[in-house]
Amino acid sequence: MTARVKFSVGSAIIIVTLLSLAYVGFTESKTYYHTLTELQSLQGSALHQRMRVSGNVQDGSIQRLPGRVDFVLVEQGKVLNVSYAGRDPLPDTFKGGAQALVEGKLMPDGRFVADQVQAKCASKYQATPQQPASTGAANTSSSTLAPSNSRLS
Amino acid sequence: MDIFGSFALVLALIAAVYAVGAGIAAIRTRNPLLTKSARNAGMSVFILVSMAVVSLEYLFFTNNFSMAYVAEHSNRDLPIFYKFAALWAGQEGSLLFWSWLLSIYAFLALFLNRRKHPELMPYVGVVLATVQTFFLVLNNFVATPFQILGHASAGGALTVVAQADGHGLNPLLQYPEMVIHPPMLYLGYTGFTVPFAFAMAALLGRYPGEKWIHITRRWTMVAWTFQSVGILLGAHWAYAVLGWGGYWAWDPVENASFLPWITGTAFLHSVMMQEKRGMLKVWNVWLVFVTFMLCILGTLLTRSGVVSSVHAFAQSSIGTWFTCFLAFILVACVLAFWKNRDYLRSDNQLDSLVSRESSFLFNNLVLLAGCFAVLWGTLFPVISEWVEGTKISVGAPFFNKVTIPIALFLLFLTGVGPLLAWRKTSYDSLKRNFAWPMAGGIAAGVIALVLGLRYIYPLICLIMSVFVTLTIAAEFWRGASVISARSGTNIIASAGQLVMRNTRRYGGYIVHFAIVVIFIGISGQAFNSDIQQEMAVGSRMNIGPYTIVCQNFDEVKNPNYDSERATLEILLDGKSLMMLYPERRFFLASQVTETMVAIQSTPLRDLYVVYAGRSPETNRPVIHAYLNPLVKCIWFGGLILVLGTALALIPSTQPVMVLRGATEASPAPGSPLPQSVGVAHGDD
Repeated sequence: MTARVKFSVGSAIIIVTLLSLAYVGFTESKTYYHTLTELQSLQGSALHQRMRVSGNVQDGSIQRLPGRVDFVLVEQGKVLNVSYAGRDPLPDTFKGGAQALVEGKLMPDGRFVADQVQAKCASKYQATPQQPASTGAANTSSSTLAPSNSRLS
Repeated sequence: MDIFGSFALVLALIAAVYAVGAGIAAIRTRNPLLTKSARNAGMSVFILVSMAVVSLEYLFFTNNFSMAYVAEHSNRDLPIFYKFAALWAGQEGSLLFWSWLLSIYAFLALFLNRRKHPELMPYVGVVLATVQTFFLVLNNFVATPFQILGHASAGGALTVVAQADGHGLNPLLQYPEMVIHPPMLYLGYTGFTVPFAFAMAALLGRYPGEKWIHITRRWTMVAWTFQSVGILLGAHWAYAVLGWGGYWAWDPVENASFLPWITGTAFLHSVMMQEKRGMLKVWNVWLVFVTFMLCILGTLLTRSGVVSSVHAFAQSSIGTWFTCFLAFILVACVLAFWKNRDYLRSDNQLDSLVSRESSFLFNNLVLLAGCFAVLWGTLFPVISEWVEGTKISVGAPFFNKVTIPIALFLLFLTGVGPLLAWRKTSYDSLKRNFAWPMAGGIAAGVIALVLGLRYIYPLICLIMSVFVTLTIAAEFWRGASVISARSGTNIIASAGQLVMRNTRRYGGYIVHFAIVVIFIGISGQAFNSDIQQEMAVGSRMNIGPYTIVCQNFDEVKNPNYDSERATLEILLDGKSLMMLYPERRFFLASQVTETMVAIQSTPLRDLYVVYAGRSPETNRPVIHAYLNPLVKCIWFGGLILVLGTALALIPSTQPVMVLRGATEASPAPGSPLPQSVGVAHGDD
């Protein structure tokens, strides 16, 4: 066998091994993204997959119960009741109005049980600085400086 | 100052466009004056972009909150240190920063080579100026950092509306490393433009000889070092700031910085095949091209929000610009390659499977496979959305399954590769070089098994690490004893001399050792443990050999933030060791809460304590403690890596033979001369 052939055989072995590892890793960890709207039209096996859903946390909907936290995600008028039962504390950025990404499964009763919740990192919180000052004074009031999520949705 | 800055940016764009046009004209006409003019235009871009950067910094330092960018990323009470870093806190500033670093590189490349390579440099200037033009277009028209807050009044005049105070810098970025990490990473990203420019120039100009590959290699090493440091600092920042106990999450933005690093690493190895044996010319040119494209892709991923990520930078139209630019580069690369492909004909063939050549080929093969896997996993949500219409993401298990075996195989090659002879290695030489290191590695593995190590990957990692370390140590020992025997100096001084005689080779060994140390640190992950508990004053929890006793809770206030803090006494084996103060800060300007992790770090393990918040039911503080073995090795390995690359960049004290046809210089198969006593062999 020439060196070239040996090298090709070696390469083929390596590539096949890596491909099979990749396939196993892929089936283990693939997660579907769905928007809230899509979620309501899912059917069959698609309903039982692990999925990620993003939306805005409805203001005042966060309820801290023993062992879990319930809240409501909203997006374009659609709502989703979410129960978070993971063991990590919720991130600092998670609060009413924040954009959140929940990962978990949809229960038959339509409730989403999440084991992971991410709230979008603070650099997303860009205020809208173009607001005209009401009195024309050089300073706007401090309330307009608070982070606003108007650019998120 | 804002008008000054905007104006400087417009002039910079004009200069860059001129540098492209005049450069092309100079290549066509071979007019020396035009060549000089194009070069000067290219260098002047640096001065003009610097002026824009200085004026933006000036606006930050003078608290000019009528500027949108300043108002969004700074506030009056922000420490001075961070006002400087606020330059790259957002989209517009980051892109300006990119432009500026690129202009520095371009200036250096043009200035240092102003009297050299007259056939090559005009092409280099054109390529650099083209990339610069793209970024300056973004700076001027798409994401200008000099946007004034205000609104048009009835008469068409602009009413400037200054804000009393800014929104403040994102608290996540208020950490010393955030002042260093982005510049390092950006120096890496932008730095790969220079090798790209040289490769493209050599191809377009059909520059004779392998000279360009030497220049390219040095610039790649510079960019590669910055990229390595940037990635490690980013990992350290994630570890010390984000408070989830880890340092790498296979987040799209992390992956984006990792991809060009992988191809850059592959290039730094395969370049030797071209220098010594005239092989892999096509491959090398494409590695440089791909590395640069991955840098642009990385910037695209980071800046456009195409793939959702914890970094989650603002979504914007900037993605379209980058995608078009990427397509443009790809087309340019393919055309340049197709037109000049005969220029890249290989001089030699692969002779044997057990040879330096084949170890480089395998190295490149697995690095590229790893790069492809990471790229695939990162872009999978985008790809699946195109193909199937549903977004599917893959998580850490996918990345770990593929990259860990690749990493271990690379570690093996790290030990084997440098000691294999070019062309063909004899059985005797294999035995001489590898018998003892391999025995040492296996012995270490057996001891670890007896002591109870039951995880397969850490076990392999340990065996390989010992093996590689021993081969490197043996190399230093053999080389140093030859010098010591000849000159009579002691072994340590001889080792120093040895390194200085062939910095490239021995610097490379030091980098290899750094990689071993980093791998040991990463393998510690298999032994991580953690515990989370509600604590009251006086309560205790145990993790590993540590006991954590809660001593106090208090609240601290200062102009920048309010904080809640726990005072925890750490006992090691029952004896008081130290106090840790995990904290949660509420930043006043941005109204954001942040976790401040407290870490007790030793070479063996880190005790990592997070104030996780208050329990919703009892309102008691919750403390989450992690025990992470060996993490410190990763940061320490990073330091060694910088040292090694810096050494490799210093010119050797002995004139080094440039081996075009290195076949004569390599010992013949079975030669009694130890191949590794490389002091007289020239650099490898």
